[in-house]
Amino acid sequence: MNGIVSYGAYVPCHKIETGEIASVWGADGSAWAKNLNVYSKSVSGPDEDVITIAVEATRQAMKRGNLNGDHIGAIYSGSESHPYAVKPTSTIVAEAISATPNLTAADFEFACKAGTAAIQTCLGMVGDKQIENGIAIGVDTSQGAPGDALEYSASAGGGTLIIGSKNVIATINDTTSYTTDTPDFWRREGQKYPRHGGRFTGKPAFFKHVISCGMMMMERAGTEAKDYDYIVTHQPNGKFPIRAAKTLGFTNEQFETGLLTPRIGNTYSGAIFLGLAAILDIAKPGDRILAVAYGSGAGSDGFDITITDKISKMDRSETVEDMISRMKIVNYATYAKYRGKLNMGATK
Amino acid sequence: MSVPRFWRELDTRYNLIGSYCKITKTYHYPRRSFNPKAGRESIGSMKDYQFKGIGKIVNSTVVYQAQTGYEMFGPYCMAIVKLDEGPMMTTQIVDCDPNKVKPGMKVKSVFRKLGEDSESGILHYGTKFILSEDIEVEEDNENLPDIEV
Repeated sequence: MNGIVSYGAYVPCHKIETGEIASVWGADGSAWAKNLNVYSKSVSGPDEDVITIAVEATRQAMKRGNLNGDHIGAIYSGSESHPYAVKPTSTIVAEAISATPNLTAADFEFACKAGTAAIQTCLGMVGDKQIENGIAIGVDTSQGAPGDALEYSASAGGGTLIIGSKNVIATINDTTSYTTDTPDFWRREGQKYPRHGGRFTGKPAFFKHVISCGMMMMERAGTEAKDYDYIVTHQPNGKFPIRAAKTLGFTNEQFETGLLTPRIGNTYSGAIFLGLAAILDIAKPGDRILAVAYGSGAGSDGFDITITDKISKMDRSETVEDMISRMKIVNYATYAKYRGKLNMGATK
Repeated sequence: MSVPRFWRELDTRYNLIGSYCKITKTYHYPRRSFNPKAGRESIGSMKDYQFKGIGKIVNSTVVYQAQTGYEMFGPYCMAIVKLDEGPMMTTQIVDCDPNKVKPGMKVKSVFRKLGEDSESGILHYGTKFILSEDIEVEEDNENLPDIEV
C-alpha cells in the first residue's frame, strides 16, 4: 500500500502575541485572541521564506527516512507565498537535497490546500510506478495587511511528506476531494496582501467544503468518527477546525493534537502538514487519522490514513512541539522589521 | 554578483560541498581543485566532500551598522566558525541574541536567504549557522586557534 515514507516540519523560532498586535491598532487583544482562539503566531525571520522553510522541512524528512536525492523522482511545492512569481521553489529544494537532475518538479497554488494537491499528485505517480518516491511540500509565509483581521493569524511554517510505496510509516488508504468555485479569499497578481469575504469565508466556504469532504471520505472508507484516533483539518483560526471536527462527530481528544493554530497562527498551506506532523510525532502503529485540507477558491482534500509498524523504528526527535517550545516572543516593531512592513525607501 | 557566478557555486553554498585532499588527508572549504600544501601532487587527488555542517565558534562580533541588504537584521552576529572537519569560514549566526554568542559554542548549519540582487533580481540562498542545543562556552579567549589567512 502506498503512503507516507517520511515527514518533516519547520516552525520559525519567533512569535508575536495577539495582544501585542491589537495594542498597536487600539483593539481589544483579549477579545481578538478569544474570538479567533489564536493567542500567538509564528513570525519568520528576515532571511526565512517559503524556500528556506521548505528546504529545512524536507531535509528533516530525508534524514528521518534515511533517504538520499537518488530516491526522489518528483518534488511539488504548494504555497501562496512563493518568493518568485516565475521560477520554481521546487527546483531550489531539489538542489538543496541533491536530488537533481533526474526528477520532475513544479510549484502548486490552490490557496491553503496547494500542498495536499501535491500529495495527491505524488500518490498518483507512485501508484502508477512512474517514481519511487515523491515529495509533497506545503509551506507559507503569508501576510495580512496591517490592521486587517488576517494580521492576527497569518503566520509562517510548513512541512514535507515523502510519498512512496516502500517502508511506509503510514498508509494512505484513500483520498477524495470536494471542489467548487467559491470566491471567499483571493490575492490578485501583483498585490502584496490578500483580500477576503469576511464572514463569507465561514459557512459557504470553509465549513461547506471541509464537512462535505470529511463526510465523503468517511463514506468511501466505510468509517465513522469513532473509528479514528485523530482528526486534523485546515485551521485558519482556532475556532473553525473545532467546530468542523465536532460537526463531523469528533471529540476533543481526537482533534487537540493536530490543532496548532492557537499557538502558531494560520500557516496556510503549511497548516495541515504541521498538524499532521504533530500527530505523526506521537502516533502508534494501528492509529487511524482523518485529514481534511481546505483551500479558498475553494476546495477540500480528504485523506484516510493508518499508521504502520514502521513508525516505531523512525527517529522522531525534533518534534513540532520542540519547535513550538523554542519560540521566542518579539514585539510589533521587530515583527514589522522582520516582515518587511517598514518602508526603507527614503534612505536608499 | 552575476547570476552565472552564483549559479556555479550553488552546491558549495546550499550543501557545504568542499574538497578532501587524499595526499594530506585534509578538508577544504570552499571547493578546491589544488591543495597548495601538497603542491602539484594534489592535482587529481582532490575529491568532493559534503561537510556535516557542525562546528564551533572561534570568534564573533556584533554588527550594529548593518551592511546593505542586512538592515533588517541589525544588530546581528558575524562569526568565524571552525567546522568539525577543520576548515574555518566567516558566517552569520542567526536566531539568537547576538551578544550571547561566545567562542566555543557549538553551531549547526541552516538553509537561509543570503541576499538578493535587487527587488526584481535573483534571490541568493545558502548556509548560515544557529547555536546548537548543547551550548559549551569556553571562558578562556586567550587560546583561540590560529587563523590561516
